[in-house]
Amino acid sequence: MSDLLWILLSAMVVNNFTLSLFLGLCPFLGVSGRVETALRMGLANIFVLVLTSLCAWALNTFVLVYAPFLRVISFIVVIASLVQIVEMAVKKFSPTLFRQLGIYLPLITTNCAILGLAIFQTNRGYGLFQGLAFAVGAGLGLTLALVLMASIRETTELSDVPDVTRGAGLVLIVAGTLSLAFMGFAGLLSGA
Amino acid sequence: MTAHASPIGPGPTGPGPTAPPPAPPAVSPLRLVATLGISGALAGLLLVSVHRVTEPVIAAHKQRVLEDAVLEVLAGPTSYRTLYLVDGAFTPDLPAGADPRTLDTVYAGLGDDGARLDGFAIPASKPGFQDKVSLLFGWEPKDGTVRAIRVLESRETPGLGDRIEKDPAFAAGFVGRTTPLVGVKAGRGTGAPSEVDMITGATISSRTVIDAIDTTLARLRPALDAYAAEAAR
Amino acid sequence: MKETTAREDLLRGIWRENPVLVQMLGLCPTLAVTNSVANSLAMGIATAFVLLGSSVLVASVKRLVPGEVRISAYVLIIATFVTVADMALEALAPGIHKALGAFIALIVVNCIILGRQEAFASKRPVGRAALDALGTGAGFVIALVLMGSVREVLGSGSFLGHPLFGAHYEPWVVMILPPGGFLTLGSILIALSWLRRRRAAAAGEARS
Repeated sequence: MSDLLWILLSAMVVNNFTLSLFLGLCPFLGVSGRVETALRMGLANIFVLVLTSLCAWALNTFVLVYAPFLRVISFIVVIASLVQIVEMAVKKFSPTLFRQLGIYLPLITTNCAILGLAIFQTNRGYGLFQGLAFAVGAGLGLTLALVLMASIRETTELSDVPDVTRGAGLVLIVAGTLSLAFMGFAGLLSGA
Repeated sequence: MTAHASPIGPGPTGPGPTAPPPAPPAVSPLRLVATLGISGALAGLLLVSVHRVTEPVIAAHKQRVLEDAVLEVLAGPTSYRTLYLVDGAFTPDLPAGADPRTLDTVYAGLGDDGARLDGFAIPASKPGFQDKVSLLFGWEPKDGTVRAIRVLESRETPGLGDRIEKDPAFAAGFVGRTTPLVGVKAGRGTGAPSEVDMITGATISSRTVIDAIDTTLARLRPALDAYAAEAAR
Repeated sequence: MKETTAREDLLRGIWRENPVLVQMLGLCPTLAVTNSVANSLAMGIATAFVLLGSSVLVASVKRLVPGEVRISAYVLIIATFVTVADMALEALAPGIHKALGAFIALIVVNCIILGRQEAFASKRPVGRAALDALGTGAGFVIALVLMGSVREVLGSGSFLGHPLFGAHYEPWVVMILPPGGFLTLGSILIALSWLRRRRAAAAGEARS
């Protein structure tokens, strides 16, 4: 159990996907303008990450033992189809949810956090439950980073910063500062 | 467009015009499936052929790296024999149909032209600060001391954690230490033979290396001792 | 889409529409692997190779692929080239392959590549697609090497592994750690935007 908790916390804060591995930066910079949007994007990500982790585990266990060099190609095909199926399912069964998540789902396909999760999970040799803990931790970490960033951006929009820094420059400097702050978590799990 | 309008459209995420092309006349689903099926088959074929060409080169390189590392941590013998853990005992013979990657593997150093057992080189790995740390350590079965260590793979923080791989002083600190090892802060040791100095600022990475060696030995030691006793007779 | 000259197709991606510094695409690798010049160069070249290969192939088969499945077909093509690059790099330069790790596989989801297929290669002749891919690829390499140089010089006190400042230099380690990536790119973007403003102001003065 403590092993799973370690994986979860490690993916969530110590090795935060966005702030220390730079995965999932497109949504991080693109949709982190408002807290509410950021939260929804984060939740959509958690959902897809968990499904991806399951698929990656199944592929690794049953198919890719015979041809490990087809890993990248099969992961990306499965992720793309998965997102498509999820989109169709959500549209059919919950139109309200679809209106809220709909536009974020296709964006998730080219979100490197998803493929990154599948590949890191494989490289580290995680089993089914370890993979799931990893996916939940990574998703929570992404959501945390998105929401933190969005709340800071809502503030900076109204503050008096030098004109020349407005836009991407300022966002990246803020991200750098957040990333520095997250380095403080590094000692957190050393006792485990 | 104001920021409030953005949740409606997908936003400026794609480069250039991303509007879908004018709807072509409906294509039969069969053709869609066939297109993807054929592309998939071609892609697979190409990958298999490239894999055929590069695989021997990659395997040969890995073999050479492994050989160098094994002889380095054995610190003495010039040849070695690969042993597999089968049913709790080490044997040089791979059982029929077994996948060598799923078995615990160690390398026994051969002294005096292969006649005498001269130490073991043992692979160990453990998740570190960033990613898995893999290493190889040489171990003397007579008194349970470490001969030498070499970190094979790590992605620890540059400048701090990666010193487990790049700082020769850290590896040198393991030579001749008695297992199980105990990590101590640099300069705070009591002089006991099992103490290893950890790197200041990279405690997690240092402890990963020490723990990897200790847990691997704790698991394999009975079988290693049995093999050494057998070889000594 | 308005017609462009061949020269424009080649040069556009290098600076004026630089994929990283202007369009802000492909940021994951830009930040993740640029902690040394050698890694940046290897990542840039691998990505440019994949971009060139996929653009040429996509432009050649564009009539055969029905619109409904084009994205899946592009992704399949890109993933194939990425796997080839991955295996070739592991066979030819194992040291660099080890340093780049999982980020080679992540070239698949680099939005620059899919973006160029969708926006350009799928609509233009093969030759133009190749020029566009070369330009965009060169622009990506330039941006990566710029990032890598700043970070390696400040963070390790060296360039391509050669020490620059002598033994007394205390490296600014944070620059090669993750926060350094964000800070470096942020500073570069702010500097560029400052330059653009100065130029625009100068042009305005000249006109009045």
